[in-house]
Amino acid sequence: MDVSTAFAAAFGLIFGLDPQFLQIVGLSLRVTLTAVGLAALIGLPLGALLAISRFPGRSIVIVLVNGLMGLPPVVAGLMVFLLLSRSGPLGWLGWLFTPSAMVLAQTLLVLPIIIALTRGTVEELWSEYREHLTSLGLTGRRAIPTLLWDGRFALATGLLAGFGRASAEVGAVLIVGGNIAGYTRTMTTSIALETSKGDLPLALGLGLVLIVLTLAINAAAYGASRIGARFAG
Amino acid sequence: MAMREAASILPLRVDGLTFEADGKRLLDGVGFMLPKGGITAIVGPNGAGKSLMLRLCHGLLEPTGGTVRWAQGQAAGQVTAQVAGPMAGNAKRHAMVLQKPVMLRRSVRANIAHTLAAVGAADAPARVEAALARFGLSLLAERPARLLSGGEQQRLAIARAWALSPEVLLLDEPSSQLDPGATRQIEQLIAGLADEGMTILMSTHDLGQARRLSQRILFLHQGRLVEDKSTEAFFAAPSSPEARRFIAGDLLW
Repeated sequence: MDVSTAFAAAFGLIFGLDPQFLQIVGLSLRVTLTAVGLAALIGLPLGALLAISRFPGRSIVIVLVNGLMGLPPVVAGLMVFLLLSRSGPLGWLGWLFTPSAMVLAQTLLVLPIIIALTRGTVEELWSEYREHLTSLGLTGRRAIPTLLWDGRFALATGLLAGFGRASAEVGAVLIVGGNIAGYTRTMTTSIALETSKGDLPLALGLGLVLIVLTLAINAAAYGASRIGARFAG
Repeated sequence: MAMREAASILPLRVDGLTFEADGKRLLDGVGFMLPKGGITAIVGPNGAGKSLMLRLCHGLLEPTGGTVRWAQGQAAGQVTAQVAGPMAGNAKRHAMVLQKPVMLRRSVRANIAHTLAAVGAADAPARVEAALARFGLSLLAERPARLLSGGEQQRLAIARAWALSPEVLLLDEPSSQLDPGATRQIEQLIAGLADEGMTILMSTHDLGQARRLSQRILFLHQGRLVEDKSTEAFFAAPSSPEARRFIAGDLLW
């Protein structure tokens, strides 16, 4: 099949709202958004706490978290695989090769990004806000809501970076999800599979959706920082 | 104002107040008493310890020696919350406006609301509106605070502190960042607050401002309280050579 026919067929899939195609896109979005949501729920407060606390070994924790931002997805996948495999500590959950396993793996991938970016943003804000908040009795944990809210535009960029990482990765979801058609097959795993099978239209169609998604994320991140700049003066 | 009926935190008694950092004595045995009412100006050259003294009085820093005692034995460091009654959640009752006021990345209104929420103030919405109206900020209420002019930001900072209904207002160099017009406006505001019965302790490097506003001068030099007298007496008959040189304008550092 030549490339131009493949493109035509890809557009047919996208605009024809092919059910199989939509199912794959839907699952990908559901898994990634859930993972980013969970990671935000855990990572935002943890990152803020790390930013304002001083304890022995803090620098080690920071270096570790920063390092984990670059954790290779396949390694994260392998770790979750071992965790969830029948003889693993969480084997009893029966999550392996389900979307839940994929959410868990992607949460682990995104979490360090959110913690690290939150830590950086909040630490900078804290040094500026510290005396004012202390004057109002907002010290320690009580300062965190103010700091997270005032860092909201920079933090939104961090969440989008996390979303970008999760939606683009293949390794982790492939290992723990198993790429089961109609169940755990995502955009990235399908692209890998269909390309190797030679079924270019589906791979191309999904690829186009991913590119559009990436552009949309970047536009949103840019928008967030622009709005933030307006508030920050 | 109902707030004033709560027991007074004045007089403030400061004794032997000392602060050291990195082996340097930045404040050295400062002692004075602040009774109710009026404007007291802390003056002195740069690095004399004016800001530091205000921070210690407010409880932002712990002294390395000496004491800061607000009436009723409330030490400066003990912040907020355990007192019931009209000032519940604002047991401190002294508010401070920093030299470079922090503008939260929110609207003007939200900046004031945040301050009230932080201390768990009762009837916060009404007090926010009162503060906006009192300081001429109603038309700017929805603007992002960080986009205000320097003078407007200073007004917001004072409005925020005023919303807490403090008995004592501590102001650190309230006009050091402002142009002459805005400075005049802020001075009028401060005088107005004093007329309403708020006790004001402010630092300034501007002798003209101290002369215009204050009734009492605390002159600091190299961390020591060198003179403590009425503004009139300070300018008419300074008793120390440092104060004489400072007033003459040849003691800048």
